[in-house]
Amino acid sequence: MKILACISVVPDTTTKITFTDNNTQFNTAGVQYILNPYDELAVTRGLEIAEANGGTLTIVHVGKAEAEPVIRKALSMGANEAIRIDAEPTDAQYVAEEIAKIALGYDLILTGRESIDYNSGVVCGMLGSLLGIPSINVVTRIDFADGKFSFDRDIDGGRESITCAGPCVASAQKDLCEPRIPNMRGIMAARTKPLQVLAPQANANFSQCTSYELPVAKSGVKLIDAQEAGKLIDILRNEAKVI
Amino acid sequence: MSVLVFAEISDGKFKKATFEAVSYGRQVADMLGTEVVALAIGNGVNTADLGQYGAQTTIHIASSESFTPDAYALAANAVANEVNASIVIVSNTYTGKSISPRLAQLMGASLATNVVSLPNTTQGFVVKRGVFSGKAFSFVDLQRDKKVISITPNSFELATFDSTGATTSTSVSVGSSGLTITAVNKVTGKIPLTEAEVVVSGGRGMKGPENWHMIEELATALGAATACSKPVSDMEWRPHSEHVGQTGITIKPNLYIAIGISGAIQHLAGVSSSKVIVAINKDPEAPFFKAADYGIVGDAFDILPQLINAAKN
Repeated sequence: MKILACISVVPDTTTKITFTDNNTQFNTAGVQYILNPYDELAVTRGLEIAEANGGTLTIVHVGKAEAEPVIRKALSMGANEAIRIDAEPTDAQYVAEEIAKIALGYDLILTGRESIDYNSGVVCGMLGSLLGIPSINVVTRIDFADGKFSFDRDIDGGRESITCAGPCVASAQKDLCEPRIPNMRGIMAARTKPLQVLAPQANANFSQCTSYELPVAKSGVKLIDAQEAGKLIDILRNEAKVI
Repeated sequence: MSVLVFAEISDGKFKKATFEAVSYGRQVADMLGTEVVALAIGNGVNTADLGQYGAQTTIHIASSESFTPDAYALAANAVANEVNASIVIVSNTYTGKSISPRLAQLMGASLATNVVSLPNTTQGFVVKRGVFSGKAFSFVDLQRDKKVISITPNSFELATFDSTGATTSTSVSVGSSGLTITAVNKVTGKIPLTEAEVVVSGGRGMKGPENWHMIEELATALGAATACSKPVSDMEWRPHSEHVGQTGITIKPNLYIAIGISGAIQHLAGVSSSKVIVAINKDPEAPFFKAADYGIVGDAFDILPQLINAAKN
């Protein structure tokens, strides 16, 4: 079984987001980059399924060389090999177009639910459509038995179970598994695992970010005495008018 | 040309998020001097409801096929071709998020998800979308001729219109999917978190899952959904589906009440777009008070009964 896990590299969750150049560029100064938390789950579950079925897991990333330490981390978790498509992605649709060029022949393709930086959540569905295979987003369970994949996925107000007989692409949601922590042997082995760098092939212009904006800061908190907490409800009803 | 709205159906009904998408579609159509067409796939719905929120025409495909992204995207693309739609609007729900990328790919369209504004067409076609999990917004110019826009629930006021709108049928039908749905488990009687107008949320300060009945009681009294912070879902006091924050769900209710949550940057990211925020915490230095409109410094177990009591009156 051949499994492909698509990863993105994102600012650490504690990052304070600021912009430069008149709010047109994300300020990368001092930012620590990590493997996108949902992609970490995709890699982990992909490895578990590959290991249980005598398969392999390949990592793919679309981005520049700065991402290589994070790609090595995914290799240290146990992935067999990695591919980096050497491009500065403009948007998620472009990323999907690039990955689609190398994604033929895999039995299962995994992504995270969304990246925690640009939050598009479109690579899974776009890839499915580009490759002509089913896509299942926000999955909380993936199993393989009797030649079929089975999934649980979050739906609005609940969960559903799905089976798929053929190749498919799925995006990982939080409950999928516990992320695997690389061990020393994995870290050592990752240093010499193949990391192939490919030139970009897609020619796709979808969108362009023109500028950024930070949310408007709150003007100040109005405190209510704990002894008269019930007054809050009155304020919310009659002053804020939100209930 | 026209604007097509994918009118999501859930349990034989349209949701509020669907009506918001229709109203949004109508405003975009008015801006561009064209008409809005709603597409409803499913059974049991009253399509006239869509006219009230702005749909000039509703195309109804009476289908009992369960929603699957591959089959529904093909059907929606066929309808988009039929009505010559250059813009398609979907809701940024789990259903909407699963169909929009496939539909955009089939249409050769630019796609923007998490959209919180009407397009600005003075230069290009620019929409505002949430990025960095609620920590910022970006303005994105959609460069393809065709565009798919997925709008965040609770971002747009519903607009109502006098017309009821005509309902027509189509030769398009929903084909077969590569997926087989084997079970559906819906939580009944609960408001989906992403669509809730009021959310009551608990953190570590609630001390344990056995105290959650107080959160639930307040939520019920306010007609609210319940949520929690990351540590609470990590400790499995509450399911992950209730976790709001940077690695959970980003929400945008009219009112967010945070009880016993300190307000770490990752949590604030997921809730800072809420219209009104209330923080209740015994630590006056809790960062949440800086991000809140109203605050009560005190013990959750003293304050909650007072709130429940007041909310019930």
